[in-house]
Amino acid sequence: MKLPIYMDYNATTPVDPRVFEAMKPWFCEDFGNAASRSHVFGWKAETAVAESRETIANLLGASPQEIVFTSGATESDNLAIKGICEMYAPDGGHIITCMTEHKAVLDTCKYLETKGYEVTYLKPDTEGRVSAQQVADEIREDTVLVTLMLANNETGAVHPIAEIGKVVREYRARLHSHLFFHTDATQGISKIPFNVNEMAVDLLSFSSHKMYGPKGIGALYVRRRDPRVRLAIQTHGGGHERNMRSGTLNTPSIVGFAKACELAAAEMENNVAKLRHLRDHLEQGILQNVDYVKRNGHKTERLCNTANLSFGYIEGESLMLKLRDIAVSSGSACTSASLEPSFVLRAMDVPDILAHSSLRFSLGCYNDLAEIDYVVEKVATAVRELRELSPLYDMALRDNTTGDTDWAQAD
Amino acid sequence: MLQYSEKVLELFTNPKNVGTMDGDDPHVGTGVIGSPECGDVMQLQILVDDQGVIQDAKFKTFGCGSAIASSSLATEWLKGKTLDEAMAIQNVHLAEELELPPVKKHCSVLAEDAIKAAIEDFQKKLEGRTDKAELHSPRCCEKLNDCEGCGSHGE
Repeated sequence: MKLPIYMDYNATTPVDPRVFEAMKPWFCEDFGNAASRSHVFGWKAETAVAESRETIANLLGASPQEIVFTSGATESDNLAIKGICEMYAPDGGHIITCMTEHKAVLDTCKYLETKGYEVTYLKPDTEGRVSAQQVADEIREDTVLVTLMLANNETGAVHPIAEIGKVVREYRARLHSHLFFHTDATQGISKIPFNVNEMAVDLLSFSSHKMYGPKGIGALYVRRRDPRVRLAIQTHGGGHERNMRSGTLNTPSIVGFAKACELAAAEMENNVAKLRHLRDHLEQGILQNVDYVKRNGHKTERLCNTANLSFGYIEGESLMLKLRDIAVSSGSACTSASLEPSFVLRAMDVPDILAHSSLRFSLGCYNDLAEIDYVVEKVATAVRELRELSPLYDMALRDNTTGDTDWAQAD
Repeated sequence: MLQYSEKVLELFTNPKNVGTMDGDDPHVGTGVIGSPECGDVMQLQILVDDQGVIQDAKFKTFGCGSAIASSSLATEWLKGKTLDEAMAIQNVHLAEELELPPVKKHCSVLAEDAIKAAIEDFQKKLEGRTDKAELHSPRCCEKLNDCEGCGSHGE
């Protein structure tokens, strides 16, 4: 087994060697600009981009004309949210989102608040999910956008996107308004079968580097009919991407992104089964060997690869320091420069003390059972050692307060 | 996670003087500083002989690597010192010895506070007062904001 072990796939994934192979010719040999209409270099690149666009669209059940290439999900989120608001409610309108969205969505919404827009931040339940009813309760005549992620990066909690899409569609018909539904599906695509029509989404952001493709490339799906979605231009220039995102297309990355989508479609079923098996093995292994552990995020309605666990009476950063040869991330304040514990866990009413001691394990298709067993043993040892150091553990045992928290149980 | 100095890593991996002493013993002073919500709680205890010299020191700490290293170092420094010498230990000395980065300075502040709280607790016992050491939660957060390099960083 090779150390260190990578278990932070929600942060980024390695590029699949097959993806890398597919990208290679497009750097030095076939380097043309896909917008060059006058020669074979351009035509070749244009063809590659067109084929890639179709592959990517197929993964979502979309048509190729509905795919806009961007630099990644952050740009896609910005384009979707600002693009819709400025196009359909230039004088200000209402946006519905959730407190646990990615910063690319939250900070874009905060920016729009300074421009006169009103934003409703839905509070998730303690398992990290919002309901379609919560969305319905907040829709107003001037609501122009509902933006909710498919799956949360920290907890893996999955929102009921199809139900929410249906609600948005119903209200749009009833109110005859310009009301659209955007989802940041970055963490979910490749792990959850997704069809933009079945889910009734109008815009969808996703990124290549979370699914074994290269970094720096992503896409925004923009619905073309029922309804046709238009966006205010955010990047002015040569009018690429049907004037929705100017800039010379990044052919090698687009080809790599498409290869990653092709592989995701072909291998999703196997990968999901494998990831769920590994994740459950990890989670159960930890729960069997360590007491006073809390699971953050819904037990079943969550990504197959993600386990977010809080370890009672110890602090997350010291736990990570004990686990130096395992790459995971923590909701602990000490791991961020801000000294604030995870806002995602806070929004779910996870007490600060448990947010400090949370670890996120996000697995990928290069992990195996031997690694999982190693990690379980390492975690159990680290927690035991840190509890020996912990005055809070002593106090909880002495004051008999360990029953105050709803700890997770092994199945 | 920050890149720690070798000294922090060594003390974190092999902490010295972990444990607890009987808080009711009149020769023992106990200081508990920090708050769980802020992510740091230090419990530091000293055993003081009749000459006012610290014979032994123990700690238990809930916190990050530098908090654990700071408390471990503090207990090492306390042994053999008189109470006056112990009172003179400052957070900057601990921070320098451990090469703490600015964002971790508050860990050494907590350790200094824990030393002082333990000494105060012992002195109260000497004077026959019985009020116990308690968690100072607000104090921890104030310290965090005051402390250089903390509280001013965005994500």
